[in-house]
Amino acid sequence: MQNRIDALFARKKQDILSIFFTAGFPNLKDTGLILESLEESEADLVEIGIPFSDPLGDGPVIQDSSLVALKNGMNLNLLFQQLKDMRVTVQKPVLLMGYLNSVMQFGIEKFYRQCAAVGVDGIILPDLPLEEFKMYHQRITEELNIKVVFLVSVDTKPERIKQLDEASGGFLYLLSSNSTTGGVKGIPEQFHSKVSVVKNSVTKNPLLIGFGIKGQKEYSQACEIANGAVIGSAFIELLTRSHNFRKDIAGFTSIVKTKLIKS
Amino acid sequence: MKKYNVSEQGYYGSFGGAYVPEILFNNVEELKNSYLKVIQTEKFQNEFQGLLRDYVGRPTPLFHAKNLSEQFNTTIFLKREDLNHTGAHKINNAIGQILLAKELGKTRIIAETGAGQHGVAAATVCALMGMKCVVYMGETDIVRQAPNVARMKMLGATVVPVLSGNKTLKDATNEAIRDWINNPESTYYLIGSVVGPHPYPDMVAGFQSVISKEIKAQLKTALGKENPDYVVACVGGGSNAAGAFYHFLYNEDVKLIGVEAAGKGIHSGHTAATLSVGSAGIIHGSKTILMQNEDGQITEPYSISAGLDYPGIGPVHAYLNEVRRADYISVTDVEALEAAIDLTKKEGIIPALESAHALAALGKLKFKKNEVVILNLSGRGDKDLETYTNYLNKINYAKQN
Repeated sequence: MQNRIDALFARKKQDILSIFFTAGFPNLKDTGLILESLEESEADLVEIGIPFSDPLGDGPVIQDSSLVALKNGMNLNLLFQQLKDMRVTVQKPVLLMGYLNSVMQFGIEKFYRQCAAVGVDGIILPDLPLEEFKMYHQRITEELNIKVVFLVSVDTKPERIKQLDEASGGFLYLLSSNSTTGGVKGIPEQFHSKVSVVKNSVTKNPLLIGFGIKGQKEYSQACEIANGAVIGSAFIELLTRSHNFRKDIAGFTSIVKTKLIKS
Repeated sequence: MKKYNVSEQGYYGSFGGAYVPEILFNNVEELKNSYLKVIQTEKFQNEFQGLLRDYVGRPTPLFHAKNLSEQFNTTIFLKREDLNHTGAHKINNAIGQILLAKELGKTRIIAETGAGQHGVAAATVCALMGMKCVVYMGETDIVRQAPNVARMKMLGATVVPVLSGNKTLKDATNEAIRDWINNPESTYYLIGSVVGPHPYPDMVAGFQSVISKEIKAQLKTALGKENPDYVVACVGGGSNAAGAFYHFLYNEDVKLIGVEAAGKGIHSGHTAATLSVGSAGIIHGSKTILMQNEDGQITEPYSISAGLDYPGIGPVHAYLNEVRRADYISVTDVEALEAAIDLTKKEGIIPALESAHALAALGKLKFKKNEVVILNLSGRGDKDLETYTNYLNKINYAKQN
């Protein structure tokens, strides 16, 4: 079977909306409902965060959601149980995002086999070094047809972007040079030219902008310079406010995807 | 022969490496490619050695502690790192790294601190070099090490209270790394211990190696031989121990003893004895031994000593422990407090709570009569006076009732 991320990008190249949320937040058993709501929404991709005690790359909103999720009792065993039957209702590509230590302690091979068993299509581990990927992750993920998505920054050197693009599967995740998650609002002007430099070195993968996307305005800006964008912190904030996930998630993604009328 | 130094890839055995988000890749790579080159230049060495001598006050004395020697029936020398400018070994590394930061054209310095000694050292060298300094410190530590907070502020540093986790050193380090991720161009992260991504552990150990270099020369003068039987040092992240062990690593007859903080006891659930209760994983950009639960969530450490209250340990120590080149033991809060009081009474030296852990280990080691023991007295105890006073009052109260 074709990997769902590849299938998505094969039929749709532009305006990709990826939504990130933390597993087990706001309540332990919300994972399934949020996932189903996203399936019914206009989101194209779903990233589920594995909560970690010390999330170095994350800003306050995602940090807090991780701590709440851990207090709720979320862990990888439980997450895989919650995702066990997701493919009955969810057809969209699903990725897990987290920190390498969680995967190491779970067992690298066991982790990927569980991912494959429940139908997870891709993995994002921001602190996984390229060399470590090649040594311990590449063989098993290729065997199981799981995509490992790498991150690049707008200041990553062209030579390195080429290596990361080559190793990356599904897409490439683009960050700015000043961005723990949720830290930046909008896409600064000078970023546009930097993105075109990055694009010159990317030949294999679509590029999703992975920071600073709060809503409709930033999302449409991102879609002008890349294949789409990821919303994380702003979505977590929505979940914190929401009393009706189905309705609010559908509304949120629909507004984000509404084309801005250019004056 | 076994190899104890870092490999070209940044590993000590299987420990070390650089597990950082891609945004920091350039910074870590720049540092990796430049630190050895810059440090080896004559210009750098002249400036570094000059400052260590005239500003820090090195060499620090090696003091034959006769009363302590008598108590333990052996020959004990104290390496007086407490007599450094700012009161601890931390300044050795801060001087080295600030010169490197200047060379790399950085304008803003960030640092994490637990006991505040590294924060003070960083604030001091920033004042000296006219650089902007931001120190991250857990709120718990801000309370228990208040004198050092006041010093940092007077030195012109911004002290940012960290409110996450147990509000101690681990959390301060998380926040410093987040700052670095958000300001990679302008900012140099001045790490205070042999932790973090490669090349930090090797670089910090290198700057602290002046300790063991001096010990060798001083012992030669005092006893006509440069190697002792023991070197004892406390270990949080492990920079003073790394520096005290450095030039003895290949003298296999020298027994190296690292002392961790057991807190209320190794199995009490309130401990910072990482090597006793930890397992392999990744913390602060490095693969090492750390305290974690079965899901890989980092567990909160505990020690009365802010400088040792850390759930990880430098990868070099994880490795020296694994290959049995060094032995690591632990002592409790109370044992450390008693040892501090003891040293004060016997030798007229008030040690830092961190160093008091190394002192408490003396009672747990079996020395022979003519053995030579070096104890690295990493810092002075001014910052801990309130803790000591409270403890003394408690004992006196207990005695009276």
